[in-house]
Amino acid sequence: MSAKKIIIEPVTRVEGHGKVTILLDEQQQVTQARLHIVEFRGFERFIQGRPYWEIPVLVQRLCGICPVSHHLAAAKAMDGIIGVDQLTPTAEKMRRLMHYGQMFQSHALHFFHLCSPDLLFGFDADVAIRNVVGVARKHPELAVQGVMMRKYGQEIIKATAGKKIHGTGAIPGGINKNLSIAERDELLKDIDQMIEWSRAALKIAKDYTFEHLEELKDFGSFESNHVSLVRKDGAMDLYHGDLRAITADGETIFDHLDYQDYFKYIAEEVRPWSYMKFPFIKSIGPEDGWYRVGPLSRINACDFIDTPEAEEARKEFMAVTDGKPNNLTMAYHWTRMIEELHSAEKIRDLLNDPDLQGTDLVVKGERREESVGLIEAPRGTLFHHYKVDENDQVTMANLIVSTTNNNTPMNLAVEGVARKYLSGTEITEGLLNHVEVAIRAYDPCLSCATHALGKMPLEIELRDAEGELLDRKAR
Amino acid sequence: MPKANCSTVKRDKRFQMKRILVIGYGNPGRLDDGLGPALAEKISTLNLPNVSVDSDYQLNVEDAAQVAEHDLVILADASTDAEPPFTFTPLEGEKGGLSFSSHSVSAPQLLGMVEELFGKQPEAWVLAIRGYDFNEFGERLSAKAGQNLEAAVEFLKKRLQ
Repeated sequence: MSAKKIIIEPVTRVEGHGKVTILLDEQQQVTQARLHIVEFRGFERFIQGRPYWEIPVLVQRLCGICPVSHHLAAAKAMDGIIGVDQLTPTAEKMRRLMHYGQMFQSHALHFFHLCSPDLLFGFDADVAIRNVVGVARKHPELAVQGVMMRKYGQEIIKATAGKKIHGTGAIPGGINKNLSIAERDELLKDIDQMIEWSRAALKIAKDYTFEHLEELKDFGSFESNHVSLVRKDGAMDLYHGDLRAITADGETIFDHLDYQDYFKYIAEEVRPWSYMKFPFIKSIGPEDGWYRVGPLSRINACDFIDTPEAEEARKEFMAVTDGKPNNLTMAYHWTRMIEELHSAEKIRDLLNDPDLQGTDLVVKGERREESVGLIEAPRGTLFHHYKVDENDQVTMANLIVSTTNNNTPMNLAVEGVARKYLSGTEITEGLLNHVEVAIRAYDPCLSCATHALGKMPLEIELRDAEGELLDRKAR
Repeated sequence: MPKANCSTVKRDKRFQMKRILVIGYGNPGRLDDGLGPALAEKISTLNLPNVSVDSDYQLNVEDAAQVAEHDLVILADASTDAEPPFTFTPLEGEKGGLSFSSHSVSAPQLLGMVEELFGKQPEAWVLAIRGYDFNEFGERLSAKAGQNLEAAVEFLKKRLQ
């Protein structure tokens, strides 16, 4: 037996699998494309009965990919449970630093190691080349930058959450540590380099979009509503704010909603072919009320960004559509890199803020029975909603994760690509490539939307009007 | 493939004076999937000379930078089919990309990235600890997995001390 064949196969921790079914009519035209995700709702039941103070740590088990986002969303909800509406400056800034570190490392991973091969080699390039090793060979500096940016973000998480795994930094009502001078100085050493690399990555994403603008307008793109948190003054705020929803033209659907009332404005629809729910804006209804979340929606929805370089980049982005929302699916990459630069600027500003060395870490209030925590996670708005009884035990938990919010848009993106690239009744490599690129634009994290075993292959099925299988391909 | 017999393993002279990294990975919230981090925690408390210990939910690209700074790396993970109590096998790098939308890398991919990105070829081993229960949420190891963990810790301790 060769050492190369070592296989470790438990592996419940990672992702489910992306299965796409393309349905044809009798004229062999695409009628619908469905992205199937097997959602495992057991986690919400698992939480029930646990004491509320355990939840910010417990929810990190939900996802090995963005545990910090769940940690912070749950901590925000538990702030409400103990009656705290305003943290101390040190606590809020420590949480923000943790969050920007998470955003920075997550966006870096996606851009350099998942998306850049598509942009650098083209969607039709052989998958044997169109991967991170291909990038390493042709653009070694980029591949190493991606690793080092990811590592930097993880170091911020470690310094703020206490450790990479089972971080305990955020607790109900505050934070359990500040940032020492030594930790701050260590992180400051590399921040200028991180900002410089972020600028360069942003330029790659921007230049690519400009160069391929006409092609991308027709690549899995569609008009949609957009939902995001915004600050009171309309600024982008990835950690906290009010809910804003706009139409594809930028008209306001709702604005400055207190997210404690999200369930009055957003509902989730169940469809028989999918275990994952389909959220929608109640006032518009399930047919047209679906929306997008994530970097594209955040940039579209906010009025400005409060860091100078990212704000300049936002203006340049919005100028492409004359200030109206941009609805290109592939524009997610450009906006993700605007957020990467914004996160780096925020990290720099926070590291230079003496409040991070403060010692007033926790506040208390009057106990409440119910609370919601929202945060703009790397992939979009993340909802945590809990009820806690008089014995301090959680009696209800409802989580709407970012990937679930983008459920309908991902299906539409795949459908658009299928209509354009499917020819006949055979799944070609070209179709597989383009479907893959369209889904990847949303950076789906199926591990918290699903809990299927194993890795995450992409499988595509083609079925005729009677539901008979015509072709199947997997990667 | 050389497999370790835990009852006969003695101190391994090849492991002396090397910069050694032990990474235990897995999700402790998914029962026996937490075997890797549990091993990392136990090895960490031994404070062994020249041995760094890390743990995470999964391997990822940034681990390549850390692995590249060591001469020898041991990747400890839970396994559904390893011969109990564990297997200890050499690892070779694999030069492939991440899967479709994966946010993690496999052990062979990680080692491949170390060579490709940093030009280093550390000696690498996989410690696959047999687990049995994976498909529920819960922060506990099954009884048999716990025994296998103890055996794996004893084995590593003898090798690394």
